[in-house]
Amino acid sequence: MVELNAKIPAGDIAEKWDNYKSDMKLVNPNNKRKFKVIVVGSGLAGASAAATLAELGYQVDVFTFHDSPRRAHSIAAQGGINAAKNYHGDGDSVHRLFYDTIKGGDFRAREGNVHRLAQVSVNIIDQMVAQGVPFAREYGGLLDNRSFGGAQVSRTFYARGQTGQQLLLGAYQQLARQIGLGNVRLFNRTELVDTVVIDGRCAGIVVRDLVTGEIASHAAHATVLCTGGYGNVFFLSTNAMQCNVTAAWRAHRQGAAFANPCYTQIHPTCIPQADDTQSKLTLMSESLRNDGRVWVPKNADETRSADQIPEEDRDYYLERLYPSFGNLAPRDISSRAAKRAVDSGRGVGPLKNGVYLDFSAAINRLGKSVVQERYGNLFEMYERIAGENPYDVPMRIYPATHYTMGGLWVDYELMTTVPGLYAAGEANFSDHGANRLGASALMQGLADGYFVLPYTIGNYLAPMLNKATPGVDHPEFKAAETGARARYQQYLDIKGTRSPDWFHRELGKIIWDYCGMERTEQGLEKALSELPPLYEEFQKDLRVTGDGASINQTLEKAGRVDDFFQLGMLMCKDALERNESCGGHFRSEYQDEEGEAQRDDENFAHVAAWEWTGDPMNATRHAEELEFETIHLAKRSYK
Amino acid sequence: MSNHLTNLTLKVWRQSGPNAGGHFESYRIDSISDEASFLEMLDVLNEKLIGDGREAVVFDHDCREGICGTCSLMIDGQAHGPQRGTATCQLHMRKFQSNQEIVIEPWRATAFPIVKDLMVDRSAFDRIVEAGGFITAPTGGAPDANLIPIAKPVADASMDAAECIGCGACVAACPNGAANLFTSAKVAHLNLLPQGQAERWSRVEAMVETMDEHFGSCTNHGECEAACPKSISIDFIALMNKDYRKSKFKNRKLIDQI
Repeated sequence: MVELNAKIPAGDIAEKWDNYKSDMKLVNPNNKRKFKVIVVGSGLAGASAAATLAELGYQVDVFTFHDSPRRAHSIAAQGGINAAKNYHGDGDSVHRLFYDTIKGGDFRAREGNVHRLAQVSVNIIDQMVAQGVPFAREYGGLLDNRSFGGAQVSRTFYARGQTGQQLLLGAYQQLARQIGLGNVRLFNRTELVDTVVIDGRCAGIVVRDLVTGEIASHAAHATVLCTGGYGNVFFLSTNAMQCNVTAAWRAHRQGAAFANPCYTQIHPTCIPQADDTQSKLTLMSESLRNDGRVWVPKNADETRSADQIPEEDRDYYLERLYPSFGNLAPRDISSRAAKRAVDSGRGVGPLKNGVYLDFSAAINRLGKSVVQERYGNLFEMYERIAGENPYDVPMRIYPATHYTMGGLWVDYELMTTVPGLYAAGEANFSDHGANRLGASALMQGLADGYFVLPYTIGNYLAPMLNKATPGVDHPEFKAAETGARARYQQYLDIKGTRSPDWFHRELGKIIWDYCGMERTEQGLEKALSELPPLYEEFQKDLRVTGDGASINQTLEKAGRVDDFFQLGMLMCKDALERNESCGGHFRSEYQDEEGEAQRDDENFAHVAAWEWTGDPMNATRHAEELEFETIHLAKRSYK
Repeated sequence: MSNHLTNLTLKVWRQSGPNAGGHFESYRIDSISDEASFLEMLDVLNEKLIGDGREAVVFDHDCREGICGTCSLMIDGQAHGPQRGTATCQLHMRKFQSNQEIVIEPWRATAFPIVKDLMVDRSAFDRIVEAGGFITAPTGGAPDANLIPIAKPVADASMDAAECIGCGACVAACPNGAANLFTSAKVAHLNLLPQGQAERWSRVEAMVETMDEHFGSCTNHGECEAACPKSISIDFIALMNKDYRKSKFKNRKLIDQI
C-alpha cells in the first residue's frame, strides 16, 4: 500500500528549505566514499547530480543509453532558463517566480517544492557562469535577459537559440572531469531494464548492454532516475527519437507511484506533419509569436495561395478571440485555438493540417533586416525542413506534444514511494503542476541535480553507515535478471508480422486523438476500449528481426513500446478520473462560456498518484491533497 | 508542395560487428516523398527490411533537430551529405533526384571503430574532454554571475566555438582523421573566457596530447570546416596551436614565468 507523505518541512514558506538543511543528517566527508549512488540518465538533472555527488565524495555510477552523456535531449531546449536574479531591476523576486510558477501550473503543484525551486534558481546561474556557459551578454559585459510567456518580468537567461545545449555541455563537462578523475564510472550504451527492491528499499538496478545484449545487475545504496519525460507515447512529438518511459515505468512496476500522467504539454508552434512517413516533429521557438501573426482563411473551401487571400478573407483568430494577449496567448490556449481552426476545415498546407504564422506585416513594418536579425536562425531551420522561404510565404505551424508534467511521484526530498529511489528532472512530477512555463524545464533539471539531491540523499544515507546492503548475488537481483532476459527473448520469439514502429504509430494515434489537446469522457472511454486489444495484438503479432546478442535497435524499441502501451492506458485512466480542466489537461465538459478551462478545486486540488497492481487498467488511485497556505487559489487568467 | 522521388538505389555499408568484415548491400526505394528527411527515408527502408524478415540497418540518431550530434553518415562520400552547414538528420530528400544511386557509409576514421553497420564508437571525443575540457568549479561556491563582466565580442566568440555538437564529421572528412577542429572548438570555448584563464595552459596541453593519442595530425586541409554542420571556423585551430606552443613554457614551474 502506497503512502504519500510529502515531508514538507515546518515553518514559513520562505524558511522551509533552510529549516530542512539545518535539520538534515550529514555524512562525514571521509565516510561518503563508503556509499555508492547510481544515476540513470545524463541530461541536465543526471549530469549535474552525478558530478556534484562525486565532488562530495560519493562513489557514483552513471548509466546512459546514448554513446556519450552529452547527447541527452536537454540539449534541444532553445529558449532559455529562468532565474529570479532581478538583474534588470524590474521587480522580480524569489516570491514572484514562485507565484508565477504556481499560477502557470494552474494551482496543481506543491507550494514547498516550487518555492525551493525559485530560491535555488539564482544559484544555478552563478554555477553555470562559473563553469563557462557563454550566456548572452550586453555590450557592458553583464548578462542579458529576455521575457517569456506567463511572466511580467525579464528573467530568462539564454545562449542564442541553444540554451539547453550550452547548459548541458556545462554539466557534461563537470561530469567529464569527475569521470577523468576516476570518481564516476560511466556506462554508456547501457539501458535500465529493471529496478530491484529488497526489504522495502531500492537495492539497485538491472541493465542491458545495448552493444552485447548482456544483462547485468548493479547494487547501490541509493538510485536516482533522471530519465526524462514520456512525450513519445504520442509517437509524433518534439522529443528525441529515443526518449522513453522505460526507466520510470519499470520503477513504477516495482512500487513507485506514478503521478498525474495526464498532464502533458502541447506546444503551439511546431512544423506540421508533412507526410505519413514522418517520425518526429520539430519545434519552432515560441518567440516567433512576438512578430508573427496567426491566421487561417475564413472560408474552408479556400484554394488561393496565402499572398492572394485579401485581408477580409483572413481570420486572425487569436487576435479576434484574445484581443489583449493576441498572438502571445499562453501555450495551451493557442494550441486549442489552432486545433479548432483546423478541425473546422480551414487548415492550410497540402494536408490542411496547419495554420499560418505570417511575418509579412512585421517585414513591412520593421524591414527584412530586422526580422532577419531576430529570427534568422529559425527561418533557416524552417526552410531546411519545410522547403519554403518564410520571408516570402507564411510559415505553417501546428501544435505538438512537447513536455510531460506528470511523472514519478516524489516527496520534498525527491524520493519516490520506494525508499532509496529518487527521481529528478522531467522524470518526476514535482514542480510544474498541470502546465509548465517556458524556460522552467532547464531550471528544474539543474535545481534538482545541483542543489536539492546532493543534500537530500545524505539525509537518507547517513543512518545506513556501515550497515550491510544486498549485493548483486542476492536472489532478487538474479530473479530480476532472469525476468529481463526472458522479456527480451520473448520479443524475439513472437515472430509476428508487425514492427515495433508500426505498433507505436497506432498507439500514438489513439493517445493523440483521445488524450491529446482536448479530452472528453466518451473519447477516453473509447481509447480505453481500443488500447487493450491493440496491446494484445502487440504481444501476439510483434516482429523483431536480428538477435539479442549484438546491437539491435528494433529490439530496444520493442521494449520501449511495450512500456508506452501500459503508460498510455494509465494516462487515459488518469484523464478520465480527473473531472475538471486544468493547464494541459483540458476536458471539453469542463469549460466556461468563453471556452476557458474550468478547474474544480473542491474535488481536484490534489495530486493523483497511481499504484501498480499488475494491470495498468486497474491501477489504484491515491490522492495527495495540495495545501495552499501562501497563495490563494484563483482563476488562471491572462486576459 | 510534396512530390515523390522514385526508383532510388541505396548502397549501404553492412557490418555485423567491430571485427567482422563489411560489405555494401543495395536496396531499392520505389517511392519517397521529397518532404521526408534522409533519416526518415532510412526508417522507411528499415520498416521494409523488417517486413521482409531481414535485420534493420543500424545507425545512430536521436534529436533529429541537428543539435544532439548523434547522427553521422558519409553520404556519397561527404560527411552529413551534400547540404552545407546541415547535419544528416536535417537533410531532406528534396536535395536528391529520382533514379539516383546514394552511397551510405559510416564515419571513416581509425579513431572511430565501427560498432555495427553505420554506427561508430566516438568515445575518444569524451576522453579529450575528460582530459581538460572543463573549468574546475565544484557545485556550491560560485560567486555572483555578474561579478565578472565579459565583453560581448568575447562571449560571442566563445559561443561560436561552443556551438560544436561533437558529431565527428570533422574527423570523418579529414584525410588524416584528425580531431583538431573538435578539440580546438572546446579549447577556444573555455580559453577565451575569463573564467577559463586559471586552467588555460594545463587545459590545452592535456587536451591536445590526449587528442594525439587517438587521432591523426592536422595538415590544414580545411575539409573539417567545410563538413561541419555548425560551420565552426578553423581559426580556432590556429588559436589552439598558439596556446599549445605557449603552454610548453607556461606550464613549467611558476618561477620560470616571472
